[in-house]
Amino acid sequence: MDWSFPPEAEEFRNEVKAFIAEHLTDDVINSTHDGTIHNWDFHKKIAERGWLGGAVPADLGGGGKSALEMAVMVEELQLAGAPIDGMGVAIVVASVVLELGNDHLKEAIVPKLLSGETLVSFGYTEPDSGSDVAASQTRAVKDGDEWVINGQKMWTTMAHIADYVLLLTRTNTEVPKHKGLTFFIVPLSTPGIEIHPVHTMGTERSNATFYDSVRIGDEWRIGEVDGGWEIMKAALKYERGIAGGQFPSPPLIDAFIEYAREASRPDGTALVEDQLVRERLVRAMIDVEVCRGFAYNTAFLASEGVMFGVEGSMTKLFASESYKKHSKWFIEMAGIEGLISLGEETAPVGGVLDEHFRHAPVTTIYGGTSEISRNLIAEGLLGLPRTR
Amino acid sequence: MLEAVLLTARPIISEKMYLRLSSDELAIQDVFRAFFEGECSIERVRGANQLGFDADAWSRLAETGGPGMCLPENVGGGGAPLTSGAIVADLVGTYIAPLPFIEHLAASRLLASVAPDHENLPLLASGEKIATMGLQPQAGSASSLIPAGAIADTAIVFDGDNLLLETAGKSARHVPNTADLPLASFPSGTGDLLASGEQAREAFSRARSEWQALMAVALAGLGRKAVELGVEYAKERYQFGVLIGSFQALQHGFASAITDVEGAYFLSNRAISALENPNGSGEKLAGMAFLFASEAAMTAAATSLQYHGGYGFAEEYDIQLYYRRAKGWPLQLGDPGLEYQRIADLCLPSGKVA
Repeated sequence: MDWSFPPEAEEFRNEVKAFIAEHLTDDVINSTHDGTIHNWDFHKKIAERGWLGGAVPADLGGGGKSALEMAVMVEELQLAGAPIDGMGVAIVVASVVLELGNDHLKEAIVPKLLSGETLVSFGYTEPDSGSDVAASQTRAVKDGDEWVINGQKMWTTMAHIADYVLLLTRTNTEVPKHKGLTFFIVPLSTPGIEIHPVHTMGTERSNATFYDSVRIGDEWRIGEVDGGWEIMKAALKYERGIAGGQFPSPPLIDAFIEYAREASRPDGTALVEDQLVRERLVRAMIDVEVCRGFAYNTAFLASEGVMFGVEGSMTKLFASESYKKHSKWFIEMAGIEGLISLGEETAPVGGVLDEHFRHAPVTTIYGGTSEISRNLIAEGLLGLPRTR
Repeated sequence: MLEAVLLTARPIISEKMYLRLSSDELAIQDVFRAFFEGECSIERVRGANQLGFDADAWSRLAETGGPGMCLPENVGGGGAPLTSGAIVADLVGTYIAPLPFIEHLAASRLLASVAPDHENLPLLASGEKIATMGLQPQAGSASSLIPAGAIADTAIVFDGDNLLLETAGKSARHVPNTADLPLASFPSGTGDLLASGEQAREAFSRARSEWQALMAVALAGLGRKAVELGVEYAKERYQFGVLIGSFQALQHGFASAITDVEGAYFLSNRAISALENPNGSGEKLAGMAFLFASEAAMTAAATSLQYHGGYGFAEEYDIQLYYRRAKGWPLQLGDPGLEYQRIADLCLPSGKVA
């Protein structure tokens, strides 16, 4: 089993590292602390390199960067702690539209997405349907040539800076829940849409979005009427390829090592000399290497054209659960000082111990909770019965 | 109807996770899987009793070229890369084979690296003699337990400065133990000097890394099989009128366990690959893979045993064999707490920054 990347992927890794060194400034990272997890300048610089379009499969008209090159890029950006949620969304939506969308959507949305000018927010979750996403109740009803949409979405993160929402709606209540769904890409400027902030205990702001008799033309529909589940599956397929989430811990580990070399135990020894601290750092670094194994495995499978499924759930489960554990360890080992918040001058390493501790819980929830991941692994890999 | 589906559903873990083996590697896996299926059935494992060694199976393994597969061809070995050895190590773990494959491979390669023309090498390549190694530096002549000490003909021991080739005494007494391992003390401090100083240190360190990486692969195999045993049981056992495999409590425990095991499988294979393509990270990755796989295998076996209920504690059920080996195999290297500190010294800075 060969785990070495081909030379062109390693060359690309160097290019990405150089890009990060030049453009991922402290200002960029700090700009994401105000609640907006996106930085437009950084996003556009990625787009200028052609990396957003490069990620779109070549047979769909994209730049066709290889799966291994994409894996390398996403890995390096995550290791550096770069804001890449917007990048993930742009690539997923552009890929889905190019594969399954109509000409109107391809012309109206894809060029602006890939040039980094616009963003799309994901509108799947509702107040009463989170993990059970197919239970979506936001209604879309045909009225002449138009659709009229009523309902509410939760966790439409980045909607306040996006121009569109990829909206999951119910178009048929007479059939099993997966068979009555239809997707639209709705311009957020359409009358009848309201965006309300949802503040979180982390640094990120999300949104609830409300749809009150929102009228849009049929050209904004993506996929077949009642065929929305196919779009959902396609979106998940592309999300698994590029969305990241494999390496949340390295920026925290790096920061803690920096802190542990400066801080002392009460007896005056450096924190980094303490055996428990060293063991926990090694355990965290091992977890990162495990994530790398998962990530590289899926990248190699993708590069060979193998469609993976449950492997993505394993990666997500392991990366987020271990990150949550690390965030708890590292704030603990800083003692009372670990509690000091981001922005305070006296906060250890700028307050990132507090920041990661607050942020980590959402990572085991969004994009499929750990419990849903375990269900999928139990069913898909172990052949145990579906019980939902 | 649910039951009908369940009873026909088989674990599909292996097929999925071996997707990335090359066609050559799959061929090696096929050959050795047939060997282990025939020679290391669970009855044979039990038949090896507390000694944990099946001499007939070792002879048959020798016929396949297994013991010398990763030794140079000029001493009669197969000249295969460590990645091939890893495929066999995986099966050693899956079948909890009572064979010193990993110790023999690491020790005989160690001998080949410091004494390429040593007269013992052809005998080790053919499997006529069995080699092992002490996994920690042993100072002085103090005699201590070493892996496969009860069955090995020779052992390579590092005393901190010198690498010595020790020969088994007549009196090596097998010590019964947690994991049915062929543990025994080995004479030390009297053997032939193979290398000294930096050369000895580097060669020993390299061999220990190979043992760790191969053991990590084996533990992933062990852990995967342990989960499979539990899953099979959960697809047969009824309580409260339903199959216990339908309970999410069990499903989630199995899912977490297999995730760690597959993480160990990928990491240990990356460590093997790193040892094959020297880029400086082999020693670190081997240690990391070893530590992670040790915990993953133990968790898998303990989880699976727990879900067997009282039967898991019964000698008659196989899961207890996996549970005991999951702890015993890696513990041959010593307290994992010390190994975490050793890896910390490889990866972390020390000293205060003013």
